[in-house]
Amino acid sequence: METLMAFVIGGLYAAGLYMMMRRSIVKLVLGLVLIGHAANLLIFTAGRLTREGIPVIPSTNEVLVEPYPDPLPQALILTAIVIGFGVQAFAIVLLKRAYQTVKTDDLDAMNTTDT
Amino acid sequence: MTRTDVPRSGTLPLVNWLSNGGSGWVLGLIPLSLTLWFASMLPPIIAGEVLRVSYSWIPSLDVALAFRVDGLSLVFALLVVGIGTMIVIYAGGYMAGDSQIGRFYLYLFLFMGAMLGLVLADDIMTLFVFWELTSISSYLLIGYKHAYNSSRSAALQALLVTGSGGLALLAGLILVAIAGGSTSISTLIEQGDLVRESALYMPALVLVCIGAFTKSAQFPFQFWLPGAMAAPTPVSAYLHSATMVKAGVFLLARFTPILGETPAWAITLSTFGAITMVLGAYLSVSQVDLKRILAFTTVSSLGTLVMLIGIGGEYAITAMMVFLVVHSLYKGCLFMVAGSIDHETGTRDVTLLGGLRTLMPITFGATVLAALSMSGLPPLLGFVGKELIYEATLDAHELSPILLSAASVVGKVLMIIAAGIVVVVPFTRAQRAKPEAPRVGHEPPLSMWLGPVILGALSLLFGAFPTQLIQPITNSGVAAILNEAVEVEVKLIPSGLTPYFMLSVLTIALGFVGYWFARPTLQRVGNATEGLLEQGPVNSFNAVVNGMQALARWQTRVLQSGYIRNYLRIIVSSVTLLVSYALLTRADFSRVQWLPIGATVLEWVIALAILSGAGLVVTAQKRLNALAGLGLVGYGVTLIFLFFGAPDLVMTQFSIETLSVLLFILVLYRLPVFSSVSSEAERIRDAIVAGAAGLMVTLMVLVTVSGQLERLLTPYFAQNSYPEGRGRNVVNVILVDFRGLDTMGEISVIGVAAIGIVVLLRLRLGGEKNDPETVSTGKEQL
Repeated sequence: METLMAFVIGGLYAAGLYMMMRRSIVKLVLGLVLIGHAANLLIFTAGRLTREGIPVIPSTNEVLVEPYPDPLPQALILTAIVIGFGVQAFAIVLLKRAYQTVKTDDLDAMNTTDT
Repeated sequence: MTRTDVPRSGTLPLVNWLSNGGSGWVLGLIPLSLTLWFASMLPPIIAGEVLRVSYSWIPSLDVALAFRVDGLSLVFALLVVGIGTMIVIYAGGYMAGDSQIGRFYLYLFLFMGAMLGLVLADDIMTLFVFWELTSISSYLLIGYKHAYNSSRSAALQALLVTGSGGLALLAGLILVAIAGGSTSISTLIEQGDLVRESALYMPALVLVCIGAFTKSAQFPFQFWLPGAMAAPTPVSAYLHSATMVKAGVFLLARFTPILGETPAWAITLSTFGAITMVLGAYLSVSQVDLKRILAFTTVSSLGTLVMLIGIGGEYAITAMMVFLVVHSLYKGCLFMVAGSIDHETGTRDVTLLGGLRTLMPITFGATVLAALSMSGLPPLLGFVGKELIYEATLDAHELSPILLSAASVVGKVLMIIAAGIVVVVPFTRAQRAKPEAPRVGHEPPLSMWLGPVILGALSLLFGAFPTQLIQPITNSGVAAILNEAVEVEVKLIPSGLTPYFMLSVLTIALGFVGYWFARPTLQRVGNATEGLLEQGPVNSFNAVVNGMQALARWQTRVLQSGYIRNYLRIIVSSVTLLVSYALLTRADFSRVQWLPIGATVLEWVIALAILSGAGLVVTAQKRLNALAGLGLVGYGVTLIFLFFGAPDLVMTQFSIETLSVLLFILVLYRLPVFSSVSSEAERIRDAIVAGAAGLMVTLMVLVTVSGQLERLLTPYFAQNSYPEGRGRNVVNVILVDFRGLDTMGEISVIGVAAIGIVVLLRLRLGGEKNDPETVSTGKEQL
């Protein structure tokens, strides 16, 4: 399964980077979101995938019982998802304002402050 | 003009006196007392002692703030403080009334301290620090008249040339320290063979020579010295003739026992020295500016000194030591005279000057003494020096006695002509009925003729009694350079009709003949070759500097395009190349599972859904399609989390995915329609870059998951979540307990983003940009 995920992650990175290199600022933001997903999956896969169990201690026990998925990457990804959303929301609103102000989505038209 | 505003008080006369040249007399006491102090060291040094003092500086690198007084450093130190005394007194008169004279003295004393530190240093790092300080203070002094563009550019030129030489020197010194196993000069002198036999010897020699040649204006770096004449004349007299430019000579002398006495050393130094000697003298005779004449003769003299160090052996080194004193005495004097003439008549152009003998008799007397010494006439010290030089060149059997002697004769003959121009033209040429100089000259104040007179008199005194006054100190200097006791006679009266004496007579005869008959021809030839020899190096230097600026502009234009996608492309390509290189050369591919087997059908479906969602985002022509693709990717990722035991991630991702799709749709119709502005070629290029990066990531994941994972933290969290954190959901306990501060940071980020969003939504710009008052309130916006 990790092999399949490796290709999914690679595909997401390629798509995200391609979108970030476009001239349209909307596509830049879309690319940013894709990269976020790709990075989360990368961390998740690097911690190895386990189909059985969840990282929750059963009420009968004091410690996690095998098999359980690694809780550490999950904690990292949880933080990353939330921060990614913050960045994404900010980017979308910035994009809207920028478009309202300069009336273009072409980044080449935005590299001057004198609009 | 503000002097009338000063309230009348008892101190007023003192203030007036200080601002009108008195300051030089007061401040001159500092170098004077230093001169006496150094003079008191003469008896022990002549007796062969070496005085050393050392303070710990960087003990871990074995670098010390160490000083050493031996024959060589004492001669230099006496020149620095002795001539410094004259210069400070002279500057008081020359700079009288200058509103920034305080700044001038500051730089001058900064230089004096740096130069003293340099010549006394006994550690190569100490030496280097003081070396750079002399470059910096020289820069400040050349650029003293900073309102003039010519001053600033001359200062910058000198700084760039000597500064880059300084860098080479630093590298050379480090190589010497590695080869010799010490940074202490005293130790290195004893272990010279270690350095000479090292494989680092040649690079070290080349680098040290570059440092010395730039500082001492040797060919092909000679051009900065005439430019440095933009400095006030006391500076030219002090730094750019008598002391600083000799730092390179000092360095070579100091390093003779460490790097010297090899064929490479002898050939390099004597060749470049001889070329510089002839070239400088040749260029001097076609100048009309007194200071430029003197500057080029300084270049020539520095070449002579370097050549003598290259020849080596006790006679050449004795000649070097004597000529060093000779040159400092007469050149310091002549520069001060040039400054006085400029000060009193308003010009330094020899074609305008004349008849100053009767107007400035005292100055004239000093000039005659100095010029005779420069010409090498008996009984001045210059004659003694010249005899020794010829003795050294004629005995340079390992090199080429004929070539070196011929070059010396040519150099000396041209020097006599230059000396003639400096004395005869301004002083004794008949006064024109109507002087063309801006002012009719008169004798300068005492402070401005005392220095030249003392230096001129010393040339005469030392020349008359060299055996008694000069020989002891030069012998101890030579002993310090050659690291062995020597006894070379320094005498005025030649022992019979030696070849040296005959050559000397020939030189003087040729010099006088040349002055009277060949001067116009020389000047015509000099003017004809000026473009090549005088301006050529300056133009090359400018071309190099301009070329570097053009390179900087070009690379800034290429790298700093201002387009985010160009930066991204460069970053992504570099990371891809570097990581791929590391992966392909170091990673272990033997256990990589290349084929995606072992996945369930459902997992295949989700994986393909994510990839097709990404494909939809990339290819979409409409915004809504792209958003649908983005949603597909997001929910697909959520499902992956679901299947592989991450319920917390599922809940978070699900709610956030929903939120962000909603957010996108909310602003969607305020967003521009998709524009396709890139060309086909650009898209293909970006696809290749992005595809390669994706491939690299895939490879990286495959290699990563093929290895064994060392879980160090996971067992800890698994064991301690409940007992320590009282929580059964381990992910949650990690977030709010074990890594609680991280979560604090995360919350802050969200808070900042939220504030930013609110501000962006409320901020009103655009049409009101001429009216900043309306920015901000903006309730109508929400």
